Amino acid sequence: MVGILIVSHSKEVAQGAKELAAEMMQGDVPLEAVGGTKDGRLGTDSNLIYEALTNLNNADGVIILADMGSSVMNTELAFEFFSEEEQEKFKIVNAPLVEGAINAALQSSFGKDLDEVIAALDPVELAQKKV
Amino acid sequence: MNKTEEVFNKIADKIIDNKQYLTKLDSAIGDGDHGINMARGFSEVKEEFESAEFDSNSAVVKKVAMTLISNVGGASGPLYGTAFLQASKVMEEDLSLKNAVKIGEAVIEGIKMRGKAEQGDKTMLDAIIPAVNALKEDYEAGVELEEALQDCLEAAEEGKESTIPLVAKKGRASYLGERSKGHQDPGATSSYMIIETIIKEII
Repeated sequence: MVGILIVSHSKEVAQGAKELAAEMMQGDVPLEAVGGTKDGRLGTDSNLIYEALTNLNNADGVIILADMGSSVMNTELAFEFFSEEEQEKFKIVNAPLVEGAINAALQSSFGKDLDEVIAALDPVELAQKKV
Repeated sequence: MNKTEEVFNKIADKIIDNKQYLTKLDSAIGDGDHGINMARGFSEVKEEFESAEFDSNSAVVKKVAMTLISNVGGASGPLYGTAFLQASKVMEEDLSLKNAVKIGEAVIEGIKMRGKAEQGDKTMLDAIIPAVNALKEDYEAGVELEEALQDCLEAAEEGKESTIPLVAKKGRASYLGERSKGHQDPGATSSYMIIETIIKEII
């Protein structure tokens, strides 16, 4: 099953996106959310991201939804502590954070593989407001 | 405390003293945390130095890199962390102009890899690239170390100031588009402060 990692500058945003995603998925999906620094400021911490990736390392690939800037840089930095083979299973996707997390978790819960989940995360499609 | 530790202690003091100034620059075109984040990282560096013992200059620089990566929080953590980590890999124990050029090139390569920015994007690279280019030109022309460092400092200062009219292409400032014009880039400013402190400590 494909794992999902949500990375935001804000712990509350990351946790909130995780809760929204968990509500929709059908069955268990490995899901982690990381936000803020270890001393509670807005920002990101590559050590915390590394720990979350380690927790997801048994998944069949990991999709990372990150907000911007240091979220992406610290995630890429955390990748470098894994082998090249492991790194190939980590994919940062260009998708809106909340809608992306919900859709990725749902698709993963259907048993889709990494490429199939990524294909379902078209940023233009996801940005359309559905009611 | 060895010389490299002393230099980084001075850099830490400089950054901590300029916490408000860097934050003010960042508030104008970003999320206003550059001074706070950098001061947080370098305070931790000072604390690490109190207990750690180093057997080489590159070990000091590597420690600085890992401490910034772990404690800064904003993009400047992974950027400066990667820069210093790359520097520590090519740093020789004795200072030479040749090695200074090599360190400078490693720093630029590390920052480009992490931040995917180029010169002119209104980032720290706008201070660092001209500074390293000045060192390189002087090395190729056979200029003495001290004079080359003076030229490097001037180029870094001009580079820092060159960011004022630029439109930001990277980071939070890029969200402001044209409105990022007329402000000096906080990252280029902290890079200039670091270069300035290193050079003034050596000369």
